[in-house]
Amino acid sequence: MHNAVPLSWYLILSAILFGLGVAGFIYRRNIITVFMSIELMLNAVNLSFIAFSYQLKQVDGHIFSFFVMVVAAAEAAVGLAIILTVFKNRETLMIDEINSMKY
Amino acid sequence: MTALIFFIFAGFAVFCAINLVAQTHPIASALSLIGVMGSLAILYLQLGGEFIAAAQVIVYAGAIMVLFVFVIMLLNAGAEGTSLQVSNFAKYLGIFLLAAFLGLISFIIQSMLPKTEGVVFGAFQGGTALGIGRKLFTQYLLPFEVTSVLILIAIVGAIVLARKEI
Repeated sequence: MHNAVPLSWYLILSAILFGLGVAGFIYRRNIITVFMSIELMLNAVNLSFIAFSYQLKQVDGHIFSFFVMVVAAAEAAVGLAIILTVFKNRETLMIDEINSMKY
Repeated sequence: MTALIFFIFAGFAVFCAINLVAQTHPIASALSLIGVMGSLAILYLQLGGEFIAAAQVIVYAGAIMVLFVFVIMLLNAGAEGTSLQVSNFAKYLGIFLLAAFLGLISFIIQSMLPKTEGVVFGAFQGGTALGIGRKLFTQYLLPFEVTSVLILIAIVGAIVLARKEI
């Protein structure tokens, strides 16, 4: 196949998305955007799983990424509840102002 | 054709991911994340993951992002203030270093991986609901059951955290 995509490009895309997720996690100050960066990182890892699963012709990678999705759903539910509680008590979403455990 | 679809949706995913990091308003970031998830679903389809592509759209782009948008609107979250004090020099240096880092990672992946045949659509047929279900309910039955307990704990935790008294 002359126009087929090599598998490594999928892995490179996954690495780029993961790196952008890390950058957003570090750079952004809004707690909701930080949370979305974590979701982006989980998605990038899922792409790696699916790509390796294709290469090995095994379905196990799909099962793994399915479990990652389930854990992400649980994490989103609990994390957003925590964000709601923090906002109720602090009236802010900026992670710089939520620092009472720091001092 | 495979390469064309890959480039279109990979480019769209990277663009949306950059937009996610660059936007200051959470709603714009959420929309970008939906774009990333949708294009990743297309790429999963290309790699033979039919079930995972459907689950990606339904669970991630549907359920989780609705939860995010719901919380953003509930908290009336506006644009981010300029609380992060960085100079322009540091910002551009950071962007340059991030690009250099990502390029280096890409180069290492490209040179470390053995040469493989290209990805052909339809070469892997195991990712259907049948194939996933067979594996999930035989070999991975225990993790699947543990997952249900995890979901129950998450529901209880979310309800407890969202009560009025805390």
